Amino acid sequence: MELLATAGPALIDALALITQPQQLAFLVLGVLLGLSVGIFPGLGGIAGLSLVLPFIFGMEPISGLALMVGLIAVVPTSDTFSSVLLGIPGSTASQATVLDGFPLAKKGEAARALSAAFISSLFGGLLGALVLTAFILIARPLILAFNIPAMLALTLLGLSMVAILAGRIPLKGVVAAGLGLMLGTVGEGGAGGSLRMASYEIPYLLDGFSLVIVGLGIFAIPEIVSLLRQDRAISKDGGLGKGWFDGIRDWWRNIWLSIKCSAIGVMVGVIPGLGGSVVDWIAYGYTVQSSKDKSRFGKGDIRGVIGPESSNNAKEGGGLVPTLIFGIPGSGSMAVFLGGIALLGFDPGPHMVRNNLDITYTIVWSLALANVVGAGLCILLATPIAKLTTIRFTLVAPFLFMIIAFAAFQSRQSLGDLAALMGIGVIGILLRRFEFSRPAFLIGFVLSHQAEAFANQVYQIAGSRLRRGGLDGMLDYVASPLVLCILALTVVSIWVGIKQGKQVLGNDNPPTGRKRAPVLFLMALTAYVMAALWNAALIGYTGDKVFPLTVGTATLIGCVFLLMRMRTATETDAIFADNEQGGEDAEAPHKLWPTLGWFAFLLGLSALLGFILALGIFLVAFFRMRAGLTWGKTLLLSASGIALICTLGGVLGRDFPAGLLQEFLVLPWPFT
Amino acid sequence: MTHHTTRRLAGALAILAASTTLAGTALADAHGGFTLEGKTVEFVIPFSESGGSARWANFFAPLLSEHLPGNPTVVVRYRPGAGSTSGANWFQEQTTDDGTLIFGSSGSTQFPYLLGDPRVRYEYNDWQVVLVSGTGGVAYLPPDMAELMNGLDATGLAGSELIWGAQSATGLDLVPNLAWEMLGMDVQPVFGIEGRGDGRLMFERGEANIDYQTSSAYIRSVQPMVDSGLAVPMMSWGALDNDGNIVRDPTFPDMPSFYEVCQATPACETEGPAWDAWMTFFTAGFPAQKMVFLPGTASQDVVDAYTNAINEIVARPDFREMAAAELGVYPQMTGTAAQAAFRLGTRAEAESRDFVINWLQDSYGVSLN
Repeated sequence: MELLATAGPALIDALALITQPQQLAFLVLGVLLGLSVGIFPGLGGIAGLSLVLPFIFGMEPISGLALMVGLIAVVPTSDTFSSVLLGIPGSTASQATVLDGFPLAKKGEAARALSAAFISSLFGGLLGALVLTAFILIARPLILAFNIPAMLALTLLGLSMVAILAGRIPLKGVVAAGLGLMLGTVGEGGAGGSLRMASYEIPYLLDGFSLVIVGLGIFAIPEIVSLLRQDRAISKDGGLGKGWFDGIRDWWRNIWLSIKCSAIGVMVGVIPGLGGSVVDWIAYGYTVQSSKDKSRFGKGDIRGVIGPESSNNAKEGGGLVPTLIFGIPGSGSMAVFLGGIALLGFDPGPHMVRNNLDITYTIVWSLALANVVGAGLCILLATPIAKLTTIRFTLVAPFLFMIIAFAAFQSRQSLGDLAALMGIGVIGILLRRFEFSRPAFLIGFVLSHQAEAFANQVYQIAGSRLRRGGLDGMLDYVASPLVLCILALTVVSIWVGIKQGKQVLGNDNPPTGRKRAPVLFLMALTAYVMAALWNAALIGYTGDKVFPLTVGTATLIGCVFLLMRMRTATETDAIFADNEQGGEDAEAPHKLWPTLGWFAFLLGLSALLGFILALGIFLVAFFRMRAGLTWGKTLLLSASGIALICTLGGVLGRDFPAGLLQEFLVLPWPFT
Repeated sequence: MTHHTTRRLAGALAILAASTTLAGTALADAHGGFTLEGKTVEFVIPFSESGGSARWANFFAPLLSEHLPGNPTVVVRYRPGAGSTSGANWFQEQTTDDGTLIFGSSGSTQFPYLLGDPRVRYEYNDWQVVLVSGTGGVAYLPPDMAELMNGLDATGLAGSELIWGAQSATGLDLVPNLAWEMLGMDVQPVFGIEGRGDGRLMFERGEANIDYQTSSAYIRSVQPMVDSGLAVPMMSWGALDNDGNIVRDPTFPDMPSFYEVCQATPACETEGPAWDAWMTFFTAGFPAQKMVFLPGTASQDVVDAYTNAINEIVARPDFREMAAAELGVYPQMTGTAAQAAFRLGTRAEAESRDFVINWLQDSYGVSLN
């Protein structure tokens, strides 16, 4: 307990270090940078950190830390803007916020939803820092208790959230999750490098699809296209309704939920190797399961915003623990942060907590302070930025297409990124149309890689234990009390989900039309699953083969059951849900495919002329022809769009997609 | 085969280091008026922002900016994909000859090239090397396993089933896999972990009972375990001396090298196809792990300017201290020394390559196409 004796003085040292005016200035600078990057959907901590990394070397260490921590802390806060206002997950941390935040914005309560989200983020961040201050001293043995079977069990717990998010027809949710899992296996297998639904002829597919692109494709594109078809503002009545203060009151009324979800955030964030990308889903699932009245979830329940937002900032704090005391990053942005700390001359690892406890505490409490500054700024900005929802959406959409195309391009810097975005966007649109749960799909995708890796590893290690220690030795390993506990939670989660999930998401009486379209879509899905199964069956390396075979078989069974039900059900059965046959989409003045065609036009033209030239033509054509603006306004808006994207690309030091033209002509930046 | 080329390694390094310190500020004239003033140099690496190569590149980028003529802005650009082969394929097509583009490759880029991976469309010999950064690695065991060693003889370990967390069969982890197998040990790799840090965690949790880490990670994270009796070092992979022989790693002078352990273990042979194959891939993966290239089209002026700048960086009085945490105490080679290391690290005899390809297929069922 000598650690405790040193903890007090170290804490005081740390507070003295952080409250120096110079450090505060760098912290605020970091927050401002993080806010400006994080507010754009698809760009997050990694983009922001790589922006400051060149300047970190040679900086005064505490200032450098303040700068980086300020930046990291605010990203899961500021990305809420696009999740709530536009229905576009700003980063992986705010995916679940979309489910209820966006319907609130549509109801004209964007400011309320935003301020509830920010105050929850703030609270989660502070609670996270508080827990960490004590926990970091004793975390090591606890974290080491989470062996691979426990992490596999936690992955299953994450997957069990599919049950509550599956929508009206649970089987459709299972199929959606299965498809997400299958999409996650595309590319080279993690263990043996075998190709799955990929070919060396198409190098893009070798690495599979990136989470940013799948998130944008599944959520952003369907929402943008749907809104664009309506040709009105996001807020249905064009107003902002309740103000920011209501949001804070909502949060206070749900303070216990906020505490519990923050705790979930810290705990899941602390475990290395799990990644923070499911924290918000687990928190959302928990929020729904623990609420009495579930009827409003997915349609604009403020609790659906408070839960995930409380967890995602707490997670950043939790993620610091493995980063600092094991030198193992808990997420991509933490990995870059780790590199930055090293550039400052610190050496994260077991001795960092022992020998540099003051520095460790400086990091933890800078994070808390940055949360306060960031969330405070965001609350101030909430009402003015929420006005975005009162602008005619047709004037916003082209800029959104521009930003998400740019964000998607950051993942591999190839035209393939844009094609993948488009393709997955079409899948997203169809999943939305036929009411297959998109959250279930995304959860499946997010967890696919780790589910496979952990399952393979547990199998191998358990086999070795069996040979060395007999059945008892193996059971001690795979069925430890911790594992059994998590599995029990998983079973409860599934049970609650199946019992009550029907009330969440999905229409009570979805519009239906003729059988043909839903059946065709399901048959197309079935065909893909069969192709993927056949492909997996041909793989020689067992470790790369078992997972897609198992998941594919389960998904195929789900598909077949659905098809059988479709044979017997009547045309008005909810199984034939088709949002083109009634409701908002059917009444929209513009058709689906021509609207999507505009986006395809931008991408196709990019392949020919490069992104910037294509964007110029696209913006002018769109504003003039689709939005019907005067030439003056058209040129003004187009020019500001180009200026915005060039500034963003210039500051972040990124290139834009090049097209066929650039193969023949050498053009200066930004046309390259 | 490589004795003469590697002999020059240290010699050239010493001469170059001496000459640059002497030349001092007169260097501006020495590179024929070539300057990058007002320009932006792109330092492209074929990995994401979060890997070891990113740390290495970000360490050198600001130093290059300070020491290149004209003090250009140096930015690190990331082109990840297909285990670094897509970035390298991209670089192969570049013709930027004015010194504003450099490429940082790693052992993960060399291995597929050496193994004839179908994704490889790049040719190392088309590029011009300006820096080679080396590293080392250490294998370690839990105390109960370490007791089975008889001095340097690893025969006692042969009867135990060992298990460790590895990334992929065809990546850098093939060097330890092959070494342990040559010693007659039964080591099962659990493939598919994300990074060497995860492998170390498996060891700490008792799920793995053998592991290796690169030098800086070993000093940082394994040494504390060794100090508290939870781990015992088995051997370092070693380092290459001036004659291309494997010797003790200068960072771990008290630790036997793999060569010594192999010699003391009857099952292991320090010559023949297995040993040659191991040496080839060890060299590519450790002493010649990270390299900086200019495109083949860059002129000699440009190459010289970079070489001089890197020599200045390495000669800085504070370099050793700065590099200790990031790079370890290994030579940063330029000029002819870099040429020699480059040749050793990018060339595999057909027999060595075939040996490894067959061994991967037989031991792990992994094929390269």
